[in-house]
Amino acid sequence: MAEIQNMTLNFGPQHPAAHGVLRLVLEMEGEVIMRADPHIGLLHRGTEKLAESKPYNQSIGYMDRLDYVSMMCNEHAYVMAVERLAGVEVPLRAQYIRVMFDEVTRILNHLLWIGAHALDIGAMTMFLYAFREREDLMDCYEAVSGARLHATYYRPGGVYRDLPDVMPKYKASKWRSEAEVKKLNANREGSMLDFLDDFCARFPACVDEYETLLTDNRIWKQRTVNIGVVDPDRAVALGFTGPMIRGSGIAWDLRKKQPYEVYDRMDFDIPVGVNGDCYDRYLVRMEEMRQSNRIIKQCVDWLRVNAGPVMPEGSKVAPPSRTDMKGDMEALIHHFKLFTEGYCLPQGEAYAAVEHPKGEFGIYMISDGANKPYRVKIRAPGFVHISALDEMVRGHMLADVVSVIGTQDLVFGEVDR
Amino acid sequence: MFDPVMAFYADLPLVVQILTKIMIIVMPLMLGVAYLTFAERKIIGYMQVRIGPNRVGPRGWLQPIADAVKLMFKEIILPSSANRFLFVVAPVLSIMPALAAWAVIPFGDGMILSNLDAGLLYVLALTSVGVYGVIIAGWASNSKYAFLGALRSAAQIVAYEIAMGFALVGVLMAAGSLNLEKIVQAQEGGFLHWYWLPLFPLFLIYFISGVAETNRAPFDVAEGESEIVAGFHVEYSGMTFAVFFLAEYANMILIAALTSIMFMGGWYSPFPGIPVIGEPSVFWLLAKISFFLLLFLWFRATFPRYRYDQIMRLGWKVFIPLTIVWLVVEGVFVYVKLGPWFA
Repeated sequence: MAEIQNMTLNFGPQHPAAHGVLRLVLEMEGEVIMRADPHIGLLHRGTEKLAESKPYNQSIGYMDRLDYVSMMCNEHAYVMAVERLAGVEVPLRAQYIRVMFDEVTRILNHLLWIGAHALDIGAMTMFLYAFREREDLMDCYEAVSGARLHATYYRPGGVYRDLPDVMPKYKASKWRSEAEVKKLNANREGSMLDFLDDFCARFPACVDEYETLLTDNRIWKQRTVNIGVVDPDRAVALGFTGPMIRGSGIAWDLRKKQPYEVYDRMDFDIPVGVNGDCYDRYLVRMEEMRQSNRIIKQCVDWLRVNAGPVMPEGSKVAPPSRTDMKGDMEALIHHFKLFTEGYCLPQGEAYAAVEHPKGEFGIYMISDGANKPYRVKIRAPGFVHISALDEMVRGHMLADVVSVIGTQDLVFGEVDR
Repeated sequence: MFDPVMAFYADLPLVVQILTKIMIIVMPLMLGVAYLTFAERKIIGYMQVRIGPNRVGPRGWLQPIADAVKLMFKEIILPSSANRFLFVVAPVLSIMPALAAWAVIPFGDGMILSNLDAGLLYVLALTSVGVYGVIIAGWASNSKYAFLGALRSAAQIVAYEIAMGFALVGVLMAAGSLNLEKIVQAQEGGFLHWYWLPLFPLFLIYFISGVAETNRAPFDVAEGESEIVAGFHVEYSGMTFAVFFLAEYANMILIAALTSIMFMGGWYSPFPGIPVIGEPSVFWLLAKISFFLLLFLWFRATFPRYRYDQIMRLGWKVFIPLTIVWLVVEGVFVYVKLGPWFA
């Protein structure tokens, strides 16, 4: 009898479900996966090495480009590592702004995730629904930093500037009449906080809308329940974090376990799954969006009434005020030095981790006393999760590979770094 | 006014007459296919809170024409390791039955190209021949993704063809004829006189199997955009791809037409007795076809895709047993001469 060989299928890097540039070599028996071998590195840009050759502040922008759907959370870990090395105190208002934007980012990330995940499984309407709300949050990014994606808004010591009083507005065009534009701009007349307040009020209904399409949908359940099951012990052993470990039933969340910034003042819950399958992770992420919404609301309320600085005053990491620079020689020198050669940090090492939308995102930084880090190591959650892809898809069918890639919420910017 | 035209037509040789009729069916069908793609993009667009194509022509109305012209002028790439003959034949095999099946579709009383007594069998045969195009395309491309698509399609068609066949047996039992025109005539009367009511499970199964057979979402595993990229037609480009596309949409219209004819009273009005709108007419048939086509689009915008083995399970373990049970139930209906349907 002729020997029958398994089929080897090259899945990606040019594949609609590859979430960028994942290359999977699948060994299949018919449609059943015997082995999945992820090949990474197609988006490698050497971020860690680049960071070694730049003054501290100039690497913040690179962090945005790691996980390019949760930009500010990446920045957060980086600036926290710098702050720990420098021993800088972050003003309270800046801490609130950071927490607020971390949660805005979490919603941004989960919205893209639900859109892409559902699109992979074939429910394409979700994608457009999710992007409708994503657009609003992108506008918040734009309002605060000028960029819709790569914000570079956080700074060691605080944030680049205080919250703006105006929101970007739609303009009338050949395709949009004045009346339509007026309607679209109705909630953009006030400050950014007014806009976010309005967003918080309507967002839970939007999540309900997504859930009506998916949560009780028989096909959705058939495609996700009992797919890619990871039991709690295994999830810990594999180093899972974020929704991946919470989906397996372990309430591990850095925002609760090692509260940073003002998370200990926030009232929110950690959703956990039961079975550790794709469906549970879906439910966990949907609930996280609601919880993030609660946190944003609390931050908005606090920020409305509590004014204050957003950068530490008189610190070496913060630029001097413009008025000081007009009359004070030292301030002028400080400004020049800060924006040319940056600042030197004391020798030492620091690890700072944040609860990133995808899991624990950490920056391990060693300083040799120069104005740039001696070494930066990025702990990216996606890299850990993709390592478990083989064991999660083994024995499942080809279509389930797509579900598992979706549920891991992979973004190759951070996996490949 | 039409008399001289009709007299001229009657004098033409038979072949020309038949060709004329074919053109009268195929031309609007092709136009229908073109604008079905436009309707799909627009309707799904509105379902997804976006606008859809609106740049080519007034409000995008020339979009399908632009698409057709683009596809016609694109290069047809023949993969170097493909079987060249079968690669080109496959799209033809796919569109041929999709068009040929229209020969027995009655559009109105007497408005039919070929009034076959075995019309139902003819339709059943032709709709299942369409899958050969898919299988041959998948094989001839010599690509793994295309091959997987072809295998999926082959397995799927077997399961759903059986359920579909049984559903048609139900119609045959009710109407006592395989002639599509007679099947419609047997449903004469209002909304409640049509076969959808006594044959409700068969009606649902027939339509769902039809969706599966045309490889439309949520049963589009043979294409499986996000799994096997584009399945059987992944290697096709230009006009060869366009022909597959035409076949898929012509099949959708065909399934919608057959569902309207067999279960929804064909050209009869749902409100008989009321002047004007109560008259049976071809417009009623078109309205019903449009309704079913809307369902096709609606499904696509709503549902996630089934996994391949789940489709098999649905076909073999749910649809086929259900149709068999309902055939027995229907046998009882026929025996007791129930209601207006089996009298």
